[in-house]
Amino acid sequence: MRNTFRGGVHPAGHKELSRDIPFETYLPHGEMVYPLGQHIGRPASPVVKKGDHVLAGQLIAEASAFVSANIVSGCSGIVKAVEPRRTIAGTMSECIVIDNDGLYETAPGVGEKVDFRTLTDEQIIEKVKAAGIIGMGGAGFPTHVKLKPKNPEAIHHVIVNGAECEPYITCDDQLMRNHAAEIITGLEVIMTLFPNSEGVIVIEDNKQEAISAMQSACSGKKDISVMAVPVKYPQGGERSCISVVTGAHYGITQLPADVGCIVDNVGTVLAVYRAVCESTPLMERGITITGEAAAKPGNYMTRIGVSCRELLEHAGGLKADGTAVKVLAGGPMMGVAFDSLDVPMQKNNNAFTFLASDEVSLAQKLQTACIRCGRCGRVCPQGLTPQLMSAAFEKKDYDRYENRLHGLECISCGSCTFICPAKRPLTQEFKVAKAEIMALKRAAKAKEGAAS
Amino acid sequence: MSAILIAAGVIGAVGILVGIALVYIGNKFHVDVDERETAIREVLPGNNCGACGYAGCDAVAAAIVAGEASAAACPVGGAAVAEKINGIMGTNAEASARMVAFVKCNGSCDHTETRSSYTGINDCRAMALSGLNPWKCGFGCLGFGSCASVCPQNAITVKDGVALVDEEKCVGCGLCAKECPKGLIELIPYGQIRAVQCVNSDKGKDVKEVCDVGCIGCKICMKQCEAGAIAVENNIAHIDYSKCTDCGACAAKCPRKTIRKGQGQD
Repeated sequence: MRNTFRGGVHPAGHKELSRDIPFETYLPHGEMVYPLGQHIGRPASPVVKKGDHVLAGQLIAEASAFVSANIVSGCSGIVKAVEPRRTIAGTMSECIVIDNDGLYETAPGVGEKVDFRTLTDEQIIEKVKAAGIIGMGGAGFPTHVKLKPKNPEAIHHVIVNGAECEPYITCDDQLMRNHAAEIITGLEVIMTLFPNSEGVIVIEDNKQEAISAMQSACSGKKDISVMAVPVKYPQGGERSCISVVTGAHYGITQLPADVGCIVDNVGTVLAVYRAVCESTPLMERGITITGEAAAKPGNYMTRIGVSCRELLEHAGGLKADGTAVKVLAGGPMMGVAFDSLDVPMQKNNNAFTFLASDEVSLAQKLQTACIRCGRCGRVCPQGLTPQLMSAAFEKKDYDRYENRLHGLECISCGSCTFICPAKRPLTQEFKVAKAEIMALKRAAKAKEGAAS
Repeated sequence: MSAILIAAGVIGAVGILVGIALVYIGNKFHVDVDERETAIREVLPGNNCGACGYAGCDAVAAAIVAGEASAAACPVGGAAVAEKINGIMGTNAEASARMVAFVKCNGSCDHTETRSSYTGINDCRAMALSGLNPWKCGFGCLGFGSCASVCPQNAITVKDGVALVDEEKCVGCGLCAKECPKGLIELIPYGQIRAVQCVNSDKGKDVKEVCDVGCIGCKICMKQCEAGAIAVENNIAHIDYSKCTDCGACAAKCPRKTIRKGQGQD
């Protein structure tokens, strides 16, 4: 039997819409918007003000705390404003708005070739930090923080996550097919930080072209290997990747580094290569525009900060028959719906999916009481008991949810909701429960702080 | 015959022994309950709503006897209950005025337009977390009635997408205010008093675009108020009820009809 992780589901892939379409580079011409809080951690603090002239590759906001990330302009132009704008999260948040002059003049030094073997570990991490690299697979955790575990000698695996298990999305597939050599060099850069590590590239075996491209790129390198894994959602989860490579499991209070692993998405590794070896900060990324309602699904290499509407128009817009009912940032399993296209694309957006049918509202109509079949528990990659967690949530018994059922371990992958024959909105309930518990904890901490 | 007598004798003896043991144990483990506590517990409303800040009516009764809480600690009972507790405790604490919940939004289907359709759990917190907004106004009532679901008095209904409080049923416990993810519910004095029915802190121009009845922060009410009870901060008017004389000048001049008298929607 092949090595796999616990649980998981098999949603329809829908990757045929865009999987074989190579990247098309698009340089936006409209205004560019950079939300200050597009990563996990504290929002960056702006270092430019209204009226400043900036160049592509120039730092416009810097990390304001240990867990925070720089933001770099992707275009040249004049800073129009630093003001609240609507973002994909649906809220108004502080953004730097740049009037794009369309010239794409680059800042001095950008594109300079550097041999990473001449750099010290600190210089590499400093370059990654300066480039503003965050987890490009969706979570958006600042990469320079991840590359600084307490004990670098204890890291035995650097895992490159090319599983791309989410339905519809194909940008990582295209990255691996077209940029295999750069990704391998990026992996070598990361591995120099961890002397005792070996590199593993995890790819689901429905991406044979990507597997062969990566295999030929790493041939002859004895400490790097490609691992083809069976197609199963959520293979691309950090914990699932670690589980298939090392067999290790870890809890909510631990990080991958505690079990000797560093996991980075292929997009992140490519960004590390560009930042360290080509002195190019994180300005652009690959994104998949897809879904049954998109007129011309495909993969695009574009600048971060572009308006979602502009990108969609470039990609041929929506189908003329008006079938689009829902747009998601990400795929249908973990993506979030948003309600205005006039929002900027962020560093961690790997796809915009335009759906022609809203299966959530359909499911809501068919919703019945829980029949206690236990399928949710069988598919949960975390080994949780979603039906009991759901009951605890409905009673607002957050103590039971957190301490007896370990509900904070939920990674919101959506497998339980996908499999539920009673069409219960389990994942959404857990998202609310986790948010409530975290809010209660923050309130308790604030109270404690005020008392002492 | 003797079997019956023996059985009766044994049962009787056991009964007497157990009786003696129970009396002894009862005395040994006796807990003194202040009789005032029982008396106070009887005059309290018994909702166990928690509005006083204690776990329930038993807890606040104990706190009053212990001197930790004032005799007027129960906001639900108001003056009548405070007077009775004063009688029991021999104090003269004064009850605060009766407060009722007020929903600071009037943005029903008639006044604002829908923005996106949401599918998911019918709960305001879940919707607020999703980032989708039913109305063009991002501040207004979401209309799923999470406030109504926690109201122990069934005083809240949702009408045309906006929650509405029944002032007569409301006891001012404030549980709804804690539940509302948009922070729309404020406790105001009972008695059809004037209140600002909006929390939108955007600039006036932006408010006009999204809602017919939103506060635009024009400060006309502030200039009208002789008592100096109205402050416009962050583009939103707010009434300080410790100064308000409920004269009605503000509501009469409000160009947006955002200040209204008492609960209601129009």
